[in-house]
Amino acid sequence: MDKVIVAKDISLAYSDNETIINQANISIPSGSFVFITGASGSGKSTLLKSLYGALKPKQGSLIVGGVELSGVSKSKLNFLRRHIGIVFQDYKLVKEWTIEKNIMLPLIINGYEKNVTQNQVDSLLKHVRLKHQSGKYPLELSGGEQQRVAMARALSHNPILILADEPTGNLDDYSSGLIWNLLEGANIQLKTTVIVVTHHIPETMNVEYKHFHIEYGSIHEVN
Amino acid sequence: MKSIKNHLSLVIALLSILFSMQVFVVADRSIDAYKETLAHKYSVVIVSQKTLIDEDILKINDIVASVEELKPDAVIERLNSGMSKKNMELLKVTLPKFYKLHLKYYPTPNEVKKLTKDLIGHTSIKKVEDFSHTHDTTYKLLLLFKGVVTVFALCIFVVTTLLIFKELRIWQFKHTERMSIMGLFGAPLWLRSAVLFRLAIVDAIIASVLAYGVFTYISMSPWILEQFTSIGIEIVIFDSVLDFMKLSMIAVGLSILLASMIVLGHKEEV
Repeated sequence: MDKVIVAKDISLAYSDNETIINQANISIPSGSFVFITGASGSGKSTLLKSLYGALKPKQGSLIVGGVELSGVSKSKLNFLRRHIGIVFQDYKLVKEWTIEKNIMLPLIINGYEKNVTQNQVDSLLKHVRLKHQSGKYPLELSGGEQQRVAMARALSHNPILILADEPTGNLDDYSSGLIWNLLEGANIQLKTTVIVVTHHIPETMNVEYKHFHIEYGSIHEVN
Repeated sequence: MKSIKNHLSLVIALLSILFSMQVFVVADRSIDAYKETLAHKYSVVIVSQKTLIDEDILKINDIVASVEELKPDAVIERLNSGMSKKNMELLKVTLPKFYKLHLKYYPTPNEVKKLTKDLIGHTSIKKVEDFSHTHDTTYKLLLLFKGVVTVFALCIFVVTTLLIFKELRIWQFKHTERMSIMGLFGAPLWLRSAVLFRLAIVDAIIASVLAYGVFTYISMSPWILEQFTSIGIEIVIFDSVLDFMKLSMIAVGLSILLASMIVLGHKEEV
């Protein structure tokens, strides 16, 4: 099976003094569903940041989707990001755009035609149960609804990889359930690799998953 | 309302640049037209012992447009106090010849000096009157006027360019969040900055259209036209095609240049 992520001896740090992840090795086959857990401040989000190129490894080799991220050029990084869907803990929605336009963003960037874009957005809005709110702006929605919009945006362009940082962190059961269903659906139906950083793995998961735990700067797989 | 306010600050800044540019152009045209008027009035007088052929004088310096011989009859008439006709004829023959040289354009002081030198160098020419003092004063006055207008236009250009730069930076800060979100999904730099460029171009077009309206009105104002007529010049204050094209290109070009500088100079958030 192809590997979507291969990290060899990577060290991650924000400054020279403090290393967050120290000489870690990970290998994630495509189509996997992966949970990354760890205590607060252990480096879960830092690892996720490095996977979409927001933090370059201090040392080691990190290959995501076939792109070596150590010393990657801006154009190659943009190319990779166009094939990744990211869900942030703080949603990162464009406040001055309607939720419909927010969901459209990756499709616009990827140059999809208008009719394809509209059909895809309509379908996703139905899936996240927000069809009736399509013309609203993010700040007019609740936290759970905003996270559902962020989820729809991450799925809109059928990415090869979805990175989700605490996607259900502060959500009610209904929104959390929807988010997990969407992530599982993308993984089962579209064979999308899903990597979720979380404190708690849901008790009932309908997919087989890998589990990595971060502790004291090292990453180990939990069986 | 806030959006109109944002646009207004850039439109007004651009409009003042266009206004200063056009004022400079009008001043330049006025000076050129006035120089042309002066060139018709200004001439150099030469005195020669012999009769000169026009072609010989024209060859001395390229700036000479035509030669006119000044008849001494009027002077001799004034001296005529009981002088015999024979003596009068003799006086006419012995008197030096006077020529008035008309020039192709209003010369610079250096050109006047060179012309005087060239003329004096001719064996038959004994004296040259170039009225250089009056000429220099007028020429320097024109240069001073042009200099003042140029400095004024340049100052406005520099100050308003800095204002536009600052305004575009404010816009960029306003759009930073959206631009960084777009970057996280792989949008190239041009796509992330498209709004900034669109706003800058739209405002440049608005400023150009406003400038067109203002200058068309000014160019048709009877009071303005009367001022030019009173000093004996006639100029095109605002060419609705050529000047409008120039002003539009300056406004759009400057906006794009400043927007590009801001976008390229911005440190990207990854």
